[in-house]
Amino acid sequence: MEKTVNQKAWFLVLPVLVLVAFSAVIPLMTVVNYSVQDTFGQNQFFWAGLEWFEEMLRSDRMWDALGRQLMFSGIILAIEIPLGIFVALNMPKSGFWASFCLVLMSLPLLIPWNVVGTIWQIFGRVDIGLLGYTLDALGVNYNYTQDTIAAWITIIVMDVWHWTSLVALLAYAGLKSIPDAYYQAAKIDQASRWKVFRYIELPKMMGVLMIAILLRFMDSFMIYTEPFVVTGGGPGNATTLLSIDLVKMALGQFDLGPAAAFSLMYFLVILLISWVFYTVMVNLDKKGM
Amino acid sequence: MTDTTSAPGATSLPGDVTASGSAVKTRKFPRPKGSAIVMGLYLLFLLLPIYWLLNMSLKTNTEILNEFTLWPRNLTLANYATILTDPAWYMGYVNSLIYVVMNTAISLAVALPAAYAFSRYHFMGDKHLFFWLLTNRMAPPAVFALPFFQLYSSVGLFDTHIAVALAHCLFNVPLAVWILEGFMRGVPKEIDETAYIDGYSFGAFFVKIFMPLIASGIGVAAFFCFMFSWVELLLSRTLTTVDAKPIAAIMTRTQGASGIDWGVLAAAGILTIVPGALVIYFVRNYIAKGFALGRV
Repeated sequence: MEKTVNQKAWFLVLPVLVLVAFSAVIPLMTVVNYSVQDTFGQNQFFWAGLEWFEEMLRSDRMWDALGRQLMFSGIILAIEIPLGIFVALNMPKSGFWASFCLVLMSLPLLIPWNVVGTIWQIFGRVDIGLLGYTLDALGVNYNYTQDTIAAWITIIVMDVWHWTSLVALLAYAGLKSIPDAYYQAAKIDQASRWKVFRYIELPKMMGVLMIAILLRFMDSFMIYTEPFVVTGGGPGNATTLLSIDLVKMALGQFDLGPAAAFSLMYFLVILLISWVFYTVMVNLDKKGM
Repeated sequence: MTDTTSAPGATSLPGDVTASGSAVKTRKFPRPKGSAIVMGLYLLFLLLPIYWLLNMSLKTNTEILNEFTLWPRNLTLANYATILTDPAWYMGYVNSLIYVVMNTAISLAVALPAAYAFSRYHFMGDKHLFFWLLTNRMAPPAVFALPFFQLYSSVGLFDTHIAVALAHCLFNVPLAVWILEGFMRGVPKEIDETAYIDGYSFGAFFVKIFMPLIASGIGVAAFFCFMFSWVELLLSRTLTTVDAKPIAAIMTRTQGASGIDWGVLAAAGILTIVPGALVIYFVRNYIAKGFALGRV
């Protein structure tokens, strides 16, 4: 659509600007403020320059949390994206069963995040949970509060359970937009099922898949509530992801300086990924027109 | 849109147009064999944990802890009764609902004109602003928890519903702007121009003509604002202590002296799923679009 230049449109965006500035810029400036100051309590602050940033960059704590975070995001992407595409390919095309699947698949997406945690906390318990009980009965030694591997598997399966449907729904939307003529052409050429997927479905899904990948990466990168409810970051620090560590530091220990420096570096990473996301979106919009 | 068969000149159309039209229906995207089984297994995987929660919420604590039963032997609604009669419990739902509704109303009210501006006009800094909004949707709540706590404490809004509603605007306003912009770009600009020629003022046009046209978009945006505010816990828990405490935070307090009250915890969990489950059917075709910020 052709847009006209109109500077008065600023008046229409002004309320958003004011509101988001109040809820984003002011708090962020507080963080910037803390990140360059030190305190002895009683609200007495003095300039600390970049000390906190240097300290954080040198501390193993942040790098460990970042490592765990990247591992977590990497694993869930590696599972959810292929699984989501696979589910989308198997979804009914239209009619009652399509609606039926859509409704049931959306259900986990709409559950409050701490309830998701609670569901899996219960589900995995050896004494009262179906999963834990079954595994125990099969002779598997499974205890997600004590064992690192079990804790990791639990939070990964939980995330797959929670979010794979989103990938599937997006891929499904991409699949539905493919014109039938493409399939007819493939049929005439006697293309195999794999070739149809590789040369028709996958390229046509690429745009929405990029959105799915970026959304899942962003959201898993700042995940807090679900693993916190299930494992509390434990055993030890085994499942302490970035957000969990940050909240521990800021609200638990009240280490304002380091936490603020941590926050800003965290935010810069997010900013970078947002930029990639934005570019993808804009390109997609251009193609759509 | 125009029905070619009833048009006088339609007979001169090549016959194969309609023929290919019917052939199209025979083959849409082909589904692999055994797809029903795959879907069945996937849905089973999704529903089992939810079923387990429901199952527990209908049992007594004795049954939960002492017997392992796949369905409740002594069906009881006592857990739900506990929640619905104790103000400490049900006020959590009321608090959550109050700030969620406030947040949805604020988000939509400011996002509607802004989304219109983004979808119709170029103006100085529009792209930067649009991008900046996106970064706020992506901002980790953990980064904002402490500054929000201090900001709202210092202005005397701590532990009020409006504090949480405003805090959730951080990600819901950008979300609403992006979703609404996605819907608005689908409305032809000629409609705006015609309305202005007909003498409508901007306000009258926007409310009387434009908003009904994107009614489904407004519905979807409202749904997603509601949902994201409803599921968020970190900020709402940080900003409240007693008066505005959300149900999600109250749930974590089921640990008593005698251990956790599993039945009540499960019942509370089930009740938080209800609002989403009630409207899910109406938004089923828009879920992907909403999560993808109006694109797809």
